[in-house]
Amino acid sequence: MKKFTFKIGGVHPNDSKISAEAAIEPLKISPKIYISMAQHLGAPANPVVAVGDEVRTGQIIGEPSAFMSCYVHSSVTGKVVSVGPYKDIAGREAIHVGIDVSPDGDVWADGIITDNSLDVKFPTDRQTLLDKIKACGIVGLGGATFPTHVKLCPPPGSVAECLIINGAECEPYLTSDYRLMVERPEEVLTGVAIIKCILGCRAVVGIEENKPKAIESMKKALESLSEKNSEFNDIDILTLKKKYPQGGEKQLIAAVLGREVASGALPISVGAVVQNVGTALAVYEAVQKNKPLIDNTITVTGQVSPSQKNYLTRVGTPYKDIIAAAGGLPDGNIKVISGGPMMGRAVSNLDATTLKGTGAVLMLSEEQTKRKPAQACISCGRCVDACPMGLEPFYLLRLSRAGMMDALEENAVQDCIECGCCLYSCPSSIALLDEIRLAKASVMKIIKSRPRK
Amino acid sequence: MSVIVWTIIVIASLAVILAAMLFFISKKFKVEEDPRIDVVEKLMPGANCGGCGFAGCHAFAEAAVRAEDLESIFCPVGGVATMKNVAEALGKKAVEKAPQVAVVRCNGCKEVREKTTIYGGTAKCSVIAALYAGDTGCGYGCLGCGDCVGACEFGALSMNAQTGLPEVDEAKCTSCGKCVKACPKGVIELRNKGPRSMRVFVSCINRDKGAVARKACKNACIGCGKCAKVCTHDAITVENNVAYIDFSKCKLCKKCVSECPTGAIHALNFPAPKPVATAPTPAASPASKPETETKPVEEAKQ
Repeated sequence: MKKFTFKIGGVHPNDSKISAEAAIEPLKISPKIYISMAQHLGAPANPVVAVGDEVRTGQIIGEPSAFMSCYVHSSVTGKVVSVGPYKDIAGREAIHVGIDVSPDGDVWADGIITDNSLDVKFPTDRQTLLDKIKACGIVGLGGATFPTHVKLCPPPGSVAECLIINGAECEPYLTSDYRLMVERPEEVLTGVAIIKCILGCRAVVGIEENKPKAIESMKKALESLSEKNSEFNDIDILTLKKKYPQGGEKQLIAAVLGREVASGALPISVGAVVQNVGTALAVYEAVQKNKPLIDNTITVTGQVSPSQKNYLTRVGTPYKDIIAAAGGLPDGNIKVISGGPMMGRAVSNLDATTLKGTGAVLMLSEEQTKRKPAQACISCGRCVDACPMGLEPFYLLRLSRAGMMDALEENAVQDCIECGCCLYSCPSSIALLDEIRLAKASVMKIIKSRPRK
Repeated sequence: MSVIVWTIIVIASLAVILAAMLFFISKKFKVEEDPRIDVVEKLMPGANCGGCGFAGCHAFAEAAVRAEDLESIFCPVGGVATMKNVAEALGKKAVEKAPQVAVVRCNGCKEVREKTTIYGGTAKCSVIAALYAGDTGCGYGCLGCGDCVGACEFGALSMNAQTGLPEVDEAKCTSCGKCVKACPKGVIELRNKGPRSMRVFVSCINRDKGAVARKACKNACIGCGKCAKVCTHDAITVENNVAYIDFSKCKLCKKCVSECPTGAIHALNFPAPKPVATAPTPAASPASKPETETKPVEEAKQ
């Protein structure tokens, strides 16, 4: 069987999927929940509740403030105790709604169907589906938390040819998407069929070869579903070679369609729309059960972690509660990462709470994370070979140290996807990405400040 | 023999022709530059630091000649003296501007501000600030990697290894403002130097609530407002849980200094009640002296 992958760059870190066999279990709801209004790419939502309000599970507590923004819903039933700044994982303040959870359990907002029965018949009217997705505050769960309703409305003049569902989960350690594909393939596939119906194109689910169980369960579910329903006809399951960062949007398009997205262009320019497996499930729940995005699967893992878990977690759960449920923080200096080891963000504040897009809580020991002292660049070019965007990381680093913004733009620093392959492959342990990321931010700022033609 | 003669003739005539061409071209395409630009440029400090907002001293001179008045352009390095010379040369009115100096508004030295996380990445303030709030409980204060020191072209800044905070050498600081731009946390501010370099300022910008700020750093401003109450010149405002002293209103009475419960207000270069010290002390490390009452004495200058 032919296995697909992207051509340029990439690395092969040990996949360390040690939590792969842990079934998804719901995490006990924390007594106090803080829900951020900045859960998505774009403008933060405007809170629409006040201190003292009683809220029900699934009730809207934040409304979109711009085109590129999303609804935010209460993930619990209880009383609003604070609306204001609260520190996020980086220790920066963002507007959060704090809710004291009612001890009596969930009272769901009107219209939400809470039974877990499978429902594969969905309305086919595009606008109805899009409205439901928007109202349920669905965002891309692959990491960037791009508002899904915006992504599913291609700009005029562009046509979607293929919906690519990202089941690569190429980051080491992460297993939440894998568990979803193993445990809830029918629901995921119904979500895929719904998105496919909105776009009016075929769909491909790309799964890496190190997840044979997921491939098998998805294929089986697809077979049984497509026998009875025509909506599932042009969905394919594709086995991908294992290679990081295959889950990157542009890499996945290259792997599945063999097309390259031009610098600065959107995936739709080559006829592709990429959505994550988790997003497909969220779309299914939104359309079929009217359930907003209030919970997501979070992997708790790491060699030093007391247990390996895949928790169904309510949005706004403090990190410390998740870690406590998994057995507490191990002794010694532990690096807690929100997300995977390659692209995740370090959690410097355990009081911070999870967001819609949080995929994992990874615990690493000091030995695992300590960097070696950087040595001189020996011009070996490994970072150039590893860069999946075809950039020259060593050169970008030099330019950024010299502050040459114009040259950085010419060398497409803005195309960097911050995957960390350069840093991973450097034999001199040079922290290339640290400064390239900074240079990228500066260049992006300059590009955005230019008057639009 | 004739070869040499011919060579000399050809080269000589070439030289004459080209020289004539160059002469006519230079006459024809001569760029008329205002001679005052050169005059003004000679008056400039010549540091080409860009502190004025122009690309360098020549660009500043061009702007100065073009400008109708010198209100909006000012050379922070040369200061009032240079601007006076420039104004004289151009026959314009000089701007009176009090000399300024860079002030580090963080006194969270290592002993009073505990580390809450271990940072192992690239040791640059800009990189840390892009990643998270910082490796201490205070998300506002100095990150201690010395981006400001690297930015200073006059050698006026140095890191104090003991406190982990940068220090300003007042004699060298030209108030060009490069350190202000380099600091991702906005810790450094340009403040009026004050008479005989005496000045009072709040050495903290922590906007957290008092209890949180105090927990993160013992020297933090907790926004209690005692200083604002005691100030008779209406110079102190407390906003976002942090006090700020308006240097244009401050009359250097120092009432607030002794009132501050955390020692976050610093008074620099005041004469001691009984002058003993003769040698000028540089901008002493404020954080190493938590005792507010004795601070003016210890930081006495001459």
